[in-house]
Amino acid sequence: MALSMNTSMKWRYLKQHIFFAMVRASALIIALALGGLVFYIFYNGIGAISWEFITKPPTHSMTEGGIMPAILGTIYLTLGAIAVGLPLGIASAIYLTEYARQGRIVRLIKVGINCLAGVPSVVFGLFGLGFFVIFLKFGSSILSGSLTLGFLILPTIIGASEEALKAVPQTFREASLSLGVSKWQTIYRIVLPNALPGILTGSILGIGRAAGETAPIMFTAAAYFTAKLPGSVFDEVMALPYHIYVLATAGTNIEATRPIQFGTVLVLVAVVLGIDLVAIIIRSYMRRNKRW
Amino acid sequence: MDSNVIIKMNNVNFYYGASQALTDISMTFRKNKVTALIGPSGCGKSTLLRLLNRMNDLIDGTRVEGEILFEEKNIYASNVDPVEIRRKIGMVFQKPNPFPKTIYNNISYGPKLNGVGTTDMDTLVEQSLKQAVLWDEVKDILNKSAMNLSGGQQQRLCIARALAMKPDILLMDEPTSALDPISTAKIEELIEGLKKNYTIIIVTHNMQQAARISDETAFFYIGNLIEYNETEKIFTKPDVKQTEDYITGRFG
Repeated sequence: MALSMNTSMKWRYLKQHIFFAMVRASALIIALALGGLVFYIFYNGIGAISWEFITKPPTHSMTEGGIMPAILGTIYLTLGAIAVGLPLGIASAIYLTEYARQGRIVRLIKVGINCLAGVPSVVFGLFGLGFFVIFLKFGSSILSGSLTLGFLILPTIIGASEEALKAVPQTFREASLSLGVSKWQTIYRIVLPNALPGILTGSILGIGRAAGETAPIMFTAAAYFTAKLPGSVFDEVMALPYHIYVLATAGTNIEATRPIQFGTVLVLVAVVLGIDLVAIIIRSYMRRNKRW
Repeated sequence: MDSNVIIKMNNVNFYYGASQALTDISMTFRKNKVTALIGPSGCGKSTLLRLLNRMNDLIDGTRVEGEILFEEKNIYASNVDPVEIRRKIGMVFQKPNPFPKTIYNNISYGPKLNGVGTTDMDTLVEQSLKQAVLWDEVKDILNKSAMNLSGGQQQRLCIARALAMKPDILLMDEPTSALDPISTAKIEELIEGLKKNYTIIIVTHNMQQAARISDETAFFYIGNLIEYNETEKIFTKPDVKQTEDYITGRFG
Protein backbone atom coordinates (compact mmCIF):
# COMPACT_ATOMS: atom_id res chain seq x y z
CA MET A 1 0.00 0.00 0.00
CA ALA A 2 2.70 2.41 1.07
CA LEU A 3 4.73 1.54 -1.97
CA SER A 4 1.85 2.13 -4.37
CA MET A 5 1.17 5.51 -2.82
CA ASN A 6 4.83 6.42 -3.32
CA THR A 7 4.68 5.53 -6.96
CA SER A 8 1.55 7.55 -7.44
CA MET A 9 3.10 10.50 -5.63
CA LYS A 10 6.20 10.25 -7.84
CA TRP A 11 4.03 10.21 -10.91
CA ARG A 12 2.21 13.28 -9.69
CA TYR A 13 5.45 15.13 -9.02
CA LEU A 14 6.71 14.13 -12.44
CA LYS A 15 3.58 15.56 -14.05
CA GLN A 16 4.07 18.72 -12.04
CA HIS A 17 7.67 19.06 -13.23
CA ILE A 18 6.68 18.51 -16.85
CA PHE A 19 3.97 21.12 -16.58
CA PHE A 20 6.24 23.68 -14.91
CA ALA A 21 8.90 23.08 -17.54
CA MET A 22 6.36 23.70 -20.26
CA VAL A 23 5.04 26.98 -18.90
CA ARG A 24 8.57 28.14 -18.14
CA ALA A 25 9.60 27.36 -21.71
CA SER A 26 6.62 29.32 -23.05
CA ALA A 27 7.62 32.39 -21.08
CA LEU A 28 11.21 31.98 -22.19
CA ILE A 29 10.27 31.68 -25.87
CA ILE A 30 8.32 34.92 -25.69
CA ALA A 31 11.18 36.73 -23.99
CA LEU A 32 13.63 35.35 -26.53
CA ALA A 33 11.43 36.30 -29.47
CA LEU A 34 11.09 39.85 -28.22
CA GLY A 35 14.76 40.10 -27.33
CA GLY A 36 15.77 38.61 -30.67
CA LEU A 37 13.56 41.03 -32.57
CA VAL A 38 14.87 44.06 -30.74
CA PHE A 39 18.46 42.89 -31.08
CA TYR A 40 18.08 42.20 -34.80
CA ILE A 41 16.62 45.64 -35.45
CA PHE A 42 19.19 47.34 -33.26
CA TYR A 43 22.12 45.45 -34.80
CA ASN A 44 21.06 46.28 -38.36
CA GLY A 45 19.71 49.74 -37.73
CA ILE A 46 22.15 51.42 -35.39
CA GLY A 47 24.66 51.99 -38.21
CA ALA A 48 22.23 54.27 -40.00
CA ILE A 49 21.45 56.38 -36.94
CA SER A 50 23.17 59.73 -36.79
CA TRP A 51 22.25 63.25 -35.84
CA GLU A 52 21.82 64.00 -39.51
CA PHE A 53 19.54 60.97 -39.98
CA ILE A 54 16.99 62.21 -37.50
CA THR A 55 17.22 65.92 -38.30
CA LYS A 56 17.47 66.05 -42.11
CA PRO A 57 14.93 65.23 -44.84
CA PRO A 58 15.66 62.43 -47.35
CA THR A 59 17.78 63.28 -50.37
CA HIS A 60 18.70 61.64 -53.71
CA SER A 61 15.29 60.03 -54.24
CA MET A 62 15.22 58.82 -50.61
CA THR A 63 18.41 56.78 -50.93
CA GLU A 64 20.33 59.13 -48.68
CA GLY A 65 19.69 61.80 -46.08
CA GLY A 66 17.47 61.53 -43.03
CA ILE A 67 13.91 60.84 -42.03
CA MET A 68 13.03 63.97 -40.07
CA PRO A 69 9.76 64.70 -41.94
CA ALA A 70 8.57 61.17 -41.23
CA ILE A 71 9.40 61.42 -37.51
CA LEU A 72 7.61 64.73 -37.30
CA GLY A 73 4.65 63.39 -39.29
CA THR A 74 4.25 60.41 -36.97
CA ILE A 75 4.38 62.72 -33.96
CA TYR A 76 1.71 64.98 -35.48
CA LEU A 77 -0.53 62.04 -36.37
CA THR A 78 -0.13 60.50 -32.92
CA LEU A 79 -0.94 63.75 -31.14
CA GLY A 80 -3.87 64.23 -33.50
CA ALA A 81 -5.15 60.74 -32.74
CA ILE A 82 -4.91 61.48 -29.02
CA ALA A 83 -6.78 64.76 -29.48
CA VAL A 84 -9.56 62.92 -31.32
CA GLY A 85 -9.69 59.62 -29.43
CA LEU A 86 -9.07 60.58 -25.82
CA PRO A 87 -11.92 63.07 -25.20
CA LEU A 88 -14.38 61.02 -27.23
CA GLY A 89 -13.33 57.75 -25.60
CA ILE A 90 -13.36 59.07 -22.04
CA ALA A 91 -16.72 60.74 -22.60
CA SER A 92 -18.21 57.51 -23.97
CA ALA A 93 -16.85 55.50 -21.06
CA ILE A 94 -18.26 58.01 -18.57
CA TYR A 95 -21.65 57.72 -20.21
CA LEU A 96 -21.54 53.93 -20.27
CA THR A 97 -20.39 53.41 -16.70
CA GLU A 98 -21.79 56.40 -14.82
CA TYR A 99 -24.94 57.58 -16.55
CA ALA A 100 -26.48 54.96 -18.80
CA ARG A 101 -29.06 52.67 -17.29
CA GLN A 102 -27.43 49.23 -17.41
CA GLY A 103 -29.55 47.23 -19.78
CA ARG A 104 -30.06 46.03 -23.32
CA ILE A 105 -28.99 49.26 -25.05
CA VAL A 106 -25.74 49.56 -23.09
CA ARG A 107 -24.99 45.91 -23.82
CA LEU A 108 -25.61 46.55 -27.50
CA ILE A 109 -23.28 49.55 -27.50
CA LYS A 110 -20.59 47.49 -25.75
CA VAL A 111 -20.91 44.70 -28.31
CA GLY A 112 -20.56 47.35 -30.99
CA ILE A 113 -17.40 48.70 -29.40
CA ASN A 114 -15.91 45.22 -29.17
CA CYS A 115 -16.72 44.63 -32.83
CA LEU A 116 -15.04 47.92 -33.68
CA ALA A 117 -11.92 46.69 -31.88
CA GLY A 118 -11.88 43.63 -34.12
CA VAL A 119 -12.16 45.52 -37.40
CA PRO A 120 -8.90 45.24 -39.41
CA SER A 121 -6.96 48.48 -39.56
CA VAL A 122 -7.04 48.56 -43.36
CA VAL A 123 -10.83 48.80 -43.14
CA PHE A 124 -10.41 51.89 -40.96
CA GLY A 125 -8.08 53.22 -43.63
CA LEU A 126 -10.67 52.71 -46.36
CA PHE A 127 -13.38 54.23 -44.18
CA GLY A 128 -11.13 57.25 -43.59
CA LEU A 129 -10.52 57.53 -47.31
CA GLY A 130 -14.20 57.38 -48.16
CA PHE A 131 -15.50 59.56 -45.35
CA PHE A 132 -12.86 62.07 -44.28
CA VAL A 133 -10.72 62.36 -47.41
CA ILE A 134 -13.41 62.28 -50.09
CA PHE A 135 -16.84 62.92 -48.55
CA LEU A 136 -15.80 65.64 -46.08
CA LYS A 137 -13.15 66.85 -48.56
CA PHE A 138 -10.37 66.98 -45.95
CA GLY A 139 -8.06 65.45 -48.55
CA SER A 140 -5.10 63.30 -47.65
CA SER A 141 -4.03 65.29 -44.62
CA ILE A 142 -2.98 65.30 -40.98
CA LEU A 143 -6.63 65.92 -40.14
CA SER A 144 -7.95 62.89 -42.03
CA GLY A 145 -5.17 60.67 -40.69
CA SER A 146 -5.65 61.83 -37.09
CA LEU A 147 -9.39 61.24 -37.27
CA THR A 148 -8.89 57.77 -38.74
CA LEU A 149 -6.26 56.81 -36.16
CA GLY A 150 -8.41 58.37 -33.43
CA PHE A 151 -11.31 56.12 -34.36
CA LEU A 152 -9.00 53.14 -34.61
CA ILE A 153 -7.90 53.53 -30.98
CA LEU A 154 -11.33 54.49 -29.69
CA PRO A 155 -12.27 50.95 -28.54
CA THR A 156 -8.99 50.65 -26.64
CA ILE A 157 -9.50 53.99 -24.93
CA ILE A 158 -13.13 53.24 -24.08
CA GLY A 159 -12.18 49.83 -22.69
CA ALA A 160 -9.33 51.19 -20.58
CA SER A 161 -11.47 54.07 -19.34
CA GLU A 162 -14.37 51.81 -18.40
CA GLU A 163 -12.07 49.55 -16.38
CA ALA A 164 -10.47 52.53 -14.66
CA LEU A 165 -13.84 54.12 -13.83
CA LYS A 166 -15.21 50.86 -12.46
CA ALA A 167 -12.12 50.49 -10.29
CA VAL A 168 -12.98 53.69 -8.40
CA PRO A 169 -14.74 52.45 -5.25
CA GLN A 170 -18.50 52.98 -5.20
CA THR A 171 -18.10 54.30 -1.64
CA PHE A 172 -16.35 57.42 -3.00
CA ARG A 173 -19.35 58.19 -5.17
CA GLU A 174 -21.76 57.57 -2.30
CA ALA A 175 -19.77 59.75 0.07
CA SER A 176 -19.73 62.61 -2.40
CA LEU A 177 -23.41 62.35 -3.32
CA SER A 178 -24.41 62.12 0.34
CA LEU A 179 -22.86 65.57 0.84
CA GLY A 180 -25.36 67.11 -1.56
CA VAL A 181 -22.82 67.23 -4.37
CA SER A 182 -24.34 66.74 -7.81
CA LYS A 183 -23.63 63.73 -9.96
CA TRP A 184 -21.56 65.62 -12.50
CA GLN A 185 -19.51 67.32 -9.77
CA THR A 186 -18.96 63.91 -8.20
CA ILE A 187 -17.71 62.49 -11.48
CA TYR A 188 -15.58 65.53 -12.23
CA ARG A 189 -14.09 66.00 -8.77
CA ILE A 190 -13.86 62.49 -7.36
CA VAL A 191 -14.31 59.77 -9.95
CA LEU A 192 -12.28 61.16 -12.85
CA PRO A 193 -9.19 62.24 -10.88
CA ASN A 194 -9.02 58.79 -9.31
CA ALA A 195 -9.56 57.03 -12.62
CA LEU A 196 -7.28 59.23 -14.71
CA PRO A 197 -3.99 57.36 -14.20
CA GLY A 198 -5.67 54.12 -15.25
CA ILE A 199 -7.36 55.79 -18.20
CA LEU A 200 -4.07 57.29 -19.37
CA THR A 201 -2.07 54.10 -18.94
CA GLY A 202 -4.48 52.01 -20.99
CA SER A 203 -4.99 54.70 -23.57
CA ILE A 204 -1.32 55.43 -24.11
CA LEU A 205 -0.59 51.75 -24.72
CA GLY A 206 -3.29 51.86 -27.39
CA ILE A 207 -1.85 55.03 -28.85
CA GLY A 208 1.62 53.48 -29.04
CA ARG A 209 0.10 50.69 -31.09
CA ALA A 210 -1.62 53.20 -33.39
CA ALA A 211 1.58 55.18 -33.93
CA GLY A 212 3.06 52.16 -35.69
CA GLU A 213 0.05 51.44 -37.92
CA THR A 214 0.51 51.74 -41.68
CA ALA A 215 -2.82 50.80 -43.23
CA PRO A 216 -5.03 53.50 -41.66
CA ILE A 217 -2.75 56.33 -42.76
CA MET A 218 -1.64 55.20 -46.18
CA PHE A 219 -4.88 56.35 -47.82
CA THR A 220 -5.63 59.22 -45.49
CA ALA A 221 -2.50 61.12 -44.54
CA ALA A 222 0.82 59.70 -45.62
CA ALA A 223 2.84 61.11 -48.47
CA TYR A 224 5.28 59.03 -50.51
CA PHE A 225 7.72 61.87 -50.29
CA THR A 226 7.56 65.49 -49.27
CA ALA A 227 10.52 67.50 -48.15
CA LYS A 228 8.43 70.39 -46.98
CA LEU A 229 7.05 70.34 -43.49
CA PRO A 230 3.28 70.61 -43.00
CA GLY A 231 1.96 74.14 -42.64
CA SER A 232 -1.55 73.21 -41.54
CA VAL A 233 -3.67 70.19 -40.59
CA PHE A 234 -4.81 69.99 -44.21
CA ASP A 235 -1.30 69.11 -45.42
CA GLU A 236 -0.02 65.65 -46.18
CA VAL A 237 2.86 64.33 -44.10
CA MET A 238 5.41 61.58 -44.28
CA ALA A 239 5.11 59.02 -41.51
CA LEU A 240 7.54 56.39 -40.18
CA PRO A 241 5.49 53.22 -40.78
CA TYR A 242 4.53 54.25 -44.29
CA HIS A 243 8.07 55.37 -45.05
CA ILE A 244 9.33 51.91 -44.12
CA TYR A 245 6.69 50.32 -46.31
CA VAL A 246 7.63 52.58 -49.21
CA LEU A 247 11.38 52.05 -48.88
CA ALA A 248 11.00 48.29 -48.60
CA THR A 249 8.50 47.76 -51.43
CA ALA A 250 8.39 50.68 -53.77
CA GLY A 251 11.58 52.61 -53.24
CA THR A 252 13.83 53.71 -56.07
CA ASN A 253 16.59 51.36 -54.94
CA ILE A 254 15.34 48.85 -52.41
CA GLU A 255 18.59 46.93 -51.82
CA ALA A 256 20.72 50.05 -51.42
CA THR A 257 18.40 51.57 -48.86
CA ARG A 258 18.37 48.54 -46.49
CA PRO A 259 20.39 50.40 -43.82
CA ILE A 260 18.02 53.34 -44.02
CA GLN A 261 15.06 50.96 -43.72
CA PHE A 262 16.51 49.37 -40.60
CA GLY A 263 17.40 52.76 -39.22
CA THR A 264 13.82 53.93 -39.74
CA VAL A 265 12.47 50.75 -38.11
CA LEU A 266 14.73 51.34 -35.14
CA VAL A 267 13.47 54.91 -34.79
CA LEU A 268 9.86 53.73 -35.04
CA VAL A 269 10.39 51.04 -32.40
CA ALA A 270 12.09 53.61 -30.19
CA VAL A 271 9.14 56.00 -30.59
CA VAL A 272 6.58 53.26 -29.77
CA LEU A 273 8.57 51.94 -26.81
CA GLY A 274 9.05 55.53 -25.65
CA ILE A 275 5.27 56.03 -25.67
CA ASP A 276 4.83 52.74 -23.76
CA LEU A 277 7.44 53.86 -21.27
CA VAL A 278 5.36 56.93 -20.48
CA ALA A 279 2.43 54.61 -19.72
CA ILE A 280 4.60 52.43 -17.48
CA ILE A 281 5.86 55.47 -15.57
CA ILE A 282 2.31 56.72 -15.03
CA ARG A 283 1.23 53.28 -13.84
CA SER A 284 4.03 52.88 -11.34
CA TYR A 285 3.38 56.39 -10.06
CA MET A 286 -0.29 55.52 -9.71
CA ARG A 287 0.42 52.29 -7.81
CA ARG A 288 2.59 54.16 -5.36
CA ASN A 289 -0.11 56.70 -4.63
CA LYS A 290 -3.07 54.36 -4.58
CA ARG A 291 -4.40 53.74 -1.12
CA TRP A 292 -7.68 51.96 -1.30
CA MET B 1 -46.99 68.53 11.74
CA ASP B 2 -45.98 68.57 15.38
CA SER B 3 -43.00 70.90 15.78
CA ASN B 4 -41.05 68.14 17.52
CA VAL B 5 -41.35 65.92 14.47
CA ILE B 6 -38.73 66.31 11.75
CA ILE B 7 -39.60 63.40 9.48
CA LYS B 8 -42.93 61.71 9.02
CA MET B 9 -43.34 58.56 6.95
CA ASN B 10 -46.81 57.66 5.71
CA ASN B 11 -47.52 54.15 4.41
CA VAL B 12 -44.16 53.71 2.75
CA ASN B 13 -43.54 50.65 0.61
CA PHE B 14 -40.20 50.03 -1.06
CA TYR B 15 -39.24 47.55 -3.76
CA TYR B 16 -35.99 46.32 -5.26
CA GLY B 17 -37.33 45.18 -8.62
CA ALA B 18 -40.07 42.70 -7.79
CA SER B 19 -39.06 42.02 -4.20
CA GLN B 20 -40.55 44.17 -1.49
CA ALA B 21 -38.05 45.40 1.09
CA LEU B 22 -40.32 47.57 3.24
CA THR B 23 -44.01 47.09 3.88
CA ASP B 24 -46.38 49.85 4.84
CA ILE B 25 -44.07 51.78 7.16
CA SER B 26 -45.58 54.71 9.02
CA MET B 27 -43.45 56.36 11.67
CA THR B 28 -42.17 59.74 12.80
CA PHE B 29 -38.69 60.82 13.78
CA ARG B 30 -38.35 63.42 16.50
CA LYS B 31 -36.14 66.47 16.35
CA ASN B 32 -32.88 66.50 18.36
CA LYS B 33 -33.29 62.91 19.39
CA VAL B 34 -31.24 59.84 18.65
CA THR B 35 -33.38 57.18 17.04
CA ALA B 36 -31.96 53.68 16.68
CA LEU B 37 -33.13 51.26 13.99
CA ILE B 38 -32.53 47.65 14.97
CA GLY B 39 -33.39 44.23 13.62
CA PRO B 40 -31.77 41.17 12.05
CA SER B 41 -29.85 41.43 8.77
CA GLY B 42 -32.10 41.97 5.78
CA CYS B 43 -34.93 43.43 7.85
CA GLY B 44 -34.90 46.67 5.85
CA LYS B 45 -33.41 49.05 8.40
CA SER B 46 -30.54 50.19 6.19
CA THR B 47 -32.91 50.45 3.25
CA LEU B 48 -35.14 52.70 5.30
CA LEU B 49 -32.19 54.87 6.32
CA ARG B 50 -31.11 55.28 2.71
CA LEU B 51 -34.66 56.22 1.74
CA LEU B 52 -34.44 59.28 3.95
CA ASN B 53 -31.70 60.98 1.88
CA ARG B 54 -32.67 59.34 -1.40
CA MET B 55 -29.50 57.29 -1.63
CA ASN B 56 -31.58 54.39 -2.94
CA ASP B 57 -32.07 56.47 -6.09
CA LEU B 58 -28.60 55.27 -7.09
CA ILE B 59 -29.80 51.70 -7.46
CA ASP B 60 -31.51 50.85 -10.74
CA GLY B 61 -34.95 49.28 -10.57
CA THR B 62 -36.10 50.51 -7.16
CA ARG B 63 -39.55 51.90 -6.45
CA VAL B 64 -41.04 53.89 -3.58
CA GLU B 65 -44.70 54.19 -2.63
CA GLY B 66 -46.22 56.39 0.04
CA GLU B 67 -44.75 59.66 1.26
CA ILE B 68 -41.88 60.81 3.41
CA LEU B 69 -42.40 64.31 4.76
CA PHE B 70 -39.43 66.47 5.67
CA GLU B 71 -40.16 70.12 6.47
CA GLU B 72 -43.78 69.48 5.42
CA LYS B 73 -42.69 68.42 1.93
CA ASN B 74 -42.68 64.94 0.44
CA ILE B 75 -39.03 64.31 -0.44
CA TYR B 76 -40.17 61.93 -3.18
CA ALA B 77 -42.37 64.53 -4.88
CA SER B 78 -41.41 64.95 -8.52
CA ASN B 79 -40.33 68.58 -8.07
CA VAL B 80 -37.83 67.78 -5.31
CA ASP B 81 -34.14 67.68 -6.18
CA PRO B 82 -32.42 64.82 -4.32
CA VAL B 83 -29.22 66.90 -4.21
CA GLU B 84 -31.11 69.51 -2.18
CA ILE B 85 -32.32 66.83 0.25
CA ARG B 86 -28.84 65.43 0.76
CA ARG B 87 -27.51 68.87 1.68
CA LYS B 88 -29.86 68.90 4.63
CA ILE B 89 -29.72 65.23 5.51
CA GLY B 90 -26.15 64.02 5.86
CA MET B 91 -24.92 60.46 6.05
CA VAL B 92 -22.16 58.44 7.66
CA PHE B 93 -21.49 55.01 6.20
CA GLN B 94 -20.71 51.60 7.62
CA LYS B 95 -17.11 51.59 6.44
CA PRO B 96 -15.14 54.82 6.85
CA ASN B 97 -14.90 56.25 3.33
CA PRO B 98 -12.72 59.37 3.32
CA PHE B 99 -11.71 60.71 -0.08
CA PRO B 100 -8.08 60.17 -1.09
CA LYS B 101 -7.45 63.85 -0.35
CA THR B 102 -5.96 65.79 2.52
CA ILE B 103 -7.83 65.96 5.82
CA TYR B 104 -8.59 69.63 5.19
CA ASN B 105 -9.91 69.00 1.69
CA ASN B 106 -12.08 66.13 2.88
CA ILE B 107 -13.93 68.58 5.10
CA SER B 108 -13.98 71.53 2.71
CA TYR B 109 -15.09 69.44 -0.29
CA GLY B 110 -18.85 69.54 0.37
CA PRO B 111 -19.16 73.17 1.51
CA LYS B 112 -16.93 74.42 -1.30
CA LEU B 113 -18.97 72.76 -4.05
CA ASN B 114 -22.20 73.90 -2.45
CA GLY B 115 -21.05 77.45 -1.82
CA VAL B 116 -21.57 77.07 1.92
CA GLY B 117 -19.22 78.76 4.38
CA THR B 118 -16.75 79.74 1.71
CA THR B 119 -16.11 83.04 3.47
CA ASP B 120 -14.10 81.40 6.20
CA MET B 121 -13.29 77.82 5.30
CA ASP B 122 -10.55 77.49 7.92
CA THR B 123 -13.01 78.20 10.70
CA LEU B 124 -15.56 75.82 9.27
CA VAL B 125 -12.97 73.04 9.02
CA GLU B 126 -11.80 73.62 12.57
CA GLN B 127 -15.36 73.79 13.88
CA SER B 128 -16.39 70.59 12.12
CA LEU B 129 -13.34 68.68 13.31
CA LYS B 130 -13.92 69.90 16.86
CA GLN B 131 -17.54 68.79 16.72
CA ALA B 132 -16.34 65.36 15.65
CA VAL B 133 -13.75 65.37 18.47
CA LEU B 134 -10.91 64.91 16.02
CA TRP B 135 -9.36 68.39 16.00
CA ASP B 136 -6.70 67.78 18.66
CA GLU B 137 -5.46 64.67 16.88
CA VAL B 138 -5.20 66.18 13.40
CA LYS B 139 -4.71 69.94 13.80
CA ASP B 140 -1.03 69.65 12.86
CA ILE B 141 -1.52 67.31 9.91
CA LEU B 142 -4.43 68.95 8.09
CA ASN B 143 -2.53 68.81 4.83
CA LYS B 144 -1.68 65.12 5.13
CA SER B 145 -3.72 62.48 3.32
CA ALA B 146 -6.79 61.28 5.18
CA MET B 147 -5.86 57.75 4.14
CA ASN B 148 -3.08 57.73 6.75
CA LEU B 149 -5.52 58.02 9.65
CA SER B 150 -6.66 55.02 11.68
CA GLY B 151 -10.08 53.50 11.00
CA GLY B 152 -11.64 55.22 14.01
CA GLN B 153 -10.12 58.57 13.08
CA GLN B 154 -11.29 58.13 9.50
CA GLN B 155 -14.83 57.53 10.68
CA ARG B 156 -14.77 60.66 12.87
CA LEU B 157 -13.41 62.52 9.84
CA CYS B 158 -16.39 61.28 7.85
CA ILE B 159 -18.68 62.56 10.61
CA ALA B 160 -16.89 65.93 10.53
CA ARG B 161 -17.22 65.96 6.74
CA ALA B 162 -20.97 65.44 7.02
CA LEU B 163 -21.28 68.07 9.78
CA ALA B 164 -19.45 70.67 7.68
CA MET B 165 -22.54 70.82 5.49
CA LYS B 166 -24.51 71.87 8.58
CA PRO B 167 -27.25 69.33 7.99
CA ASP B 168 -30.45 69.08 10.01
CA ILE B 169 -30.32 65.34 10.23
CA LEU B 170 -27.40 62.93 10.40
CA LEU B 171 -28.05 59.40 9.18
CA MET B 172 -25.61 56.79 10.44
CA ASP B 173 -25.48 53.34 8.90
CA GLU B 174 -23.77 51.05 11.43
CA PRO B 175 -21.03 53.64 11.89
CA THR B 176 -19.03 51.59 14.38
CA SER B 177 -19.36 48.08 12.99
CA ALA B 178 -15.92 48.26 11.36
CA LEU B 179 -14.23 49.81 14.41
CA ASP B 180 -12.48 48.57 17.57
CA PRO B 181 -14.13 49.06 21.00
CA ILE B 182 -12.15 52.19 21.90
CA SER B 183 -12.99 53.95 18.66
CA THR B 184 -16.58 52.81 19.08
CA ALA B 185 -16.75 54.35 22.56
CA LYS B 186 -15.38 57.64 21.19
CA ILE B 187 -18.01 57.77 18.48
CA GLU B 188 -20.83 56.92 20.88
CA GLU B 189 -19.67 59.74 23.15
CA LEU B 190 -19.59 62.04 20.17
CA ILE B 191 -23.15 61.12 19.16
CA GLU B 192 -24.35 62.00 22.65
CA GLY B 193 -22.86 65.49 22.22
CA LEU B 194 -24.26 66.02 18.71
CA LYS B 195 -27.83 65.44 19.82
CA LYS B 196 -28.14 69.06 21.01
CA ASN B 197 -27.86 70.41 17.49
CA TYR B 198 -28.77 67.54 15.24
CA THR B 199 -31.33 64.85 14.78
CA ILE B 200 -29.59 61.51 14.55
CA ILE B 201 -30.97 58.33 13.06
CA ILE B 202 -28.68 55.36 13.49
CA VAL B 203 -28.81 51.80 12.25
CA THR B 204 -27.02 49.39 14.53
CA HIS B 205 -26.54 45.68 14.98
CA ASN B 206 -25.29 46.21 18.48
CA MET B 207 -28.12 46.02 21.05
CA GLN B 208 -26.03 47.57 23.82
CA GLN B 209 -25.18 50.45 21.54
CA ALA B 210 -28.82 51.12 20.79
CA ALA B 211 -29.63 50.93 24.49
CA ARG B 212 -26.73 53.23 25.43
CA ILE B 213 -27.09 56.05 22.94
CA SER B 214 -30.64 56.25 21.63
CA ASP B 215 -33.77 57.91 22.93
CA GLU B 216 -36.08 55.92 20.76
CA THR B 217 -35.76 52.55 19.13
CA ALA B 218 -37.55 50.98 16.21
CA PHE B 219 -37.44 47.23 15.71
CA PHE B 220 -37.83 45.89 12.18
CA TYR B 221 -38.40 42.38 10.99
CA ILE B 222 -38.60 41.28 7.31
CA GLY B 223 -39.54 44.72 6.07
CA ASN B 224 -42.11 45.43 8.77
CA LEU B 225 -41.95 47.87 11.64
CA ILE B 226 -42.70 45.59 14.58
CA GLU B 227 -42.32 47.98 17.48
CA TYR B 228 -41.38 51.62 17.91
CA ASN B 229 -41.01 52.93 21.43
CA GLU B 230 -38.84 54.79 23.85
CA THR B 231 -35.54 52.98 24.10
CA GLU B 232 -35.92 52.38 27.79
CA LYS B 233 -39.26 50.72 27.30
CA ILE B 234 -38.05 48.60 24.38
CA PHE B 235 -35.18 47.26 26.41
CA THR B 236 -37.09 46.70 29.65
CA LYS B 237 -40.74 46.00 28.87
CA PRO B 238 -41.33 45.73 25.11
CA ASP B 239 -44.95 45.56 24.00
CA VAL B 240 -44.37 42.90 21.41
CA LYS B 241 -43.10 39.41 22.15
CA GLN B 242 -41.03 39.33 18.94
CA THR B 243 -39.09 42.40 20.06
CA GLU B 244 -38.29 40.79 23.37
CA ASP B 245 -37.13 37.60 21.67
CA TYR B 246 -34.79 39.55 19.40
CA ILE B 247 -33.37 41.75 22.14
CA THR B 248 -32.74 38.86 24.47
CA GLY B 249 -31.02 37.03 21.66
CA ARG B 250 -33.50 34.27 21.04
CA PHE B 251 -33.25 34.92 17.27
CA GLY B 252 -31.62 37.31 14.89
